[in-house]
Amino acid sequence: MIAVVNVTTNWYLGLGAVLFSLGAVGLLVRRNPLVMFMCVELMLNAVNLTFVAFARELNDVAGQTVVFFVLVVAAAEVVVGLGIIVAILRRRPGATADDIAMMKG
Amino acid sequence: METAVFFVASAIVLVGALGVILRSNPVHCALSLVMTLFGVAVLFINLDAQFLAAVQVIVYAGAVVVLFLFVIMLLGVDRAENLSVEPLRGQRPAAVSLGGCVLALVLVPVLRGHKVITGVHSAGGVLHDKPETQANITRLAHSLFSDYVFAFELTSALLVIAVIGAVMMARRPLREVAP
Repeated sequence: MIAVVNVTTNWYLGLGAVLFSLGAVGLLVRRNPLVMFMCVELMLNAVNLTFVAFARELNDVAGQTVVFFVLVVAAAEVVVGLGIIVAILRRRPGATADDIAMMKG
Repeated sequence: METAVFFVASAIVLVGALGVILRSNPVHCALSLVMTLFGVAVLFINLDAQFLAAVQVIVYAGAVVVLFLFVIMLLGVDRAENLSVEPLRGQRPAAVSLGGCVLALVLVPVLRGHKVITGVHSAGGVLHDKPETQANITRLAHSLFSDYVFAFELTSALLVIAVIGAVMMARRPLREVAP
């Protein structure tokens, strides 16, 4: 029966919205900095999915180009962010987001 | 066919996302993240973005998640987190209701409007033409190396800066050198 349903762009946008919300809730709920970072990746992927869906809907290649840039920036962000997390957790093993509320070490 | 692929891939994506936010062990979270990223790659193929699907698998599911797992193993934080205690009382219901509000805010216009897509076309060119003359990767390359070439060059600078920053951040502090 599902073959009758026609998947339009709105379905992809809806899936992107659900994925973004899941990432946002995970970012707010989890306390482990690494898992919070993974939730940021979920949100970035939701936005990428939305961009690609719009690119097909509008028949415009720029949406896919933007996704390429988002991938590059996300890779750079992961490298720097994990560097910071390594530096923090080396000083204080087992630190959670609650323990690092102050910037001053 | 597209419908079946969409439903299977979105089930994979959502199960993986729930795994990321509900599993207590960070290693399980990272493996759930691989599942989500792979599902998104399948959806990219469904949306005629073949090159981005390949990049998604190589960069995200390959490099980024391996980096996460390296950090988890390196720091030895692969202990299960106790998720039953709530460090800040009332924070979880607030977070979930806030997420629900965000979801409703986005989902209501998307599901109600039949045509929510507006805006003008970019300078990048079209994704398809009939009959098809160029592959997806060719069109993307033309767009990337002509209209967006300055942004492309800036990303190379960004990557160099990120690598230097990560090396500075992650190395051990230098010993005091005796004068």
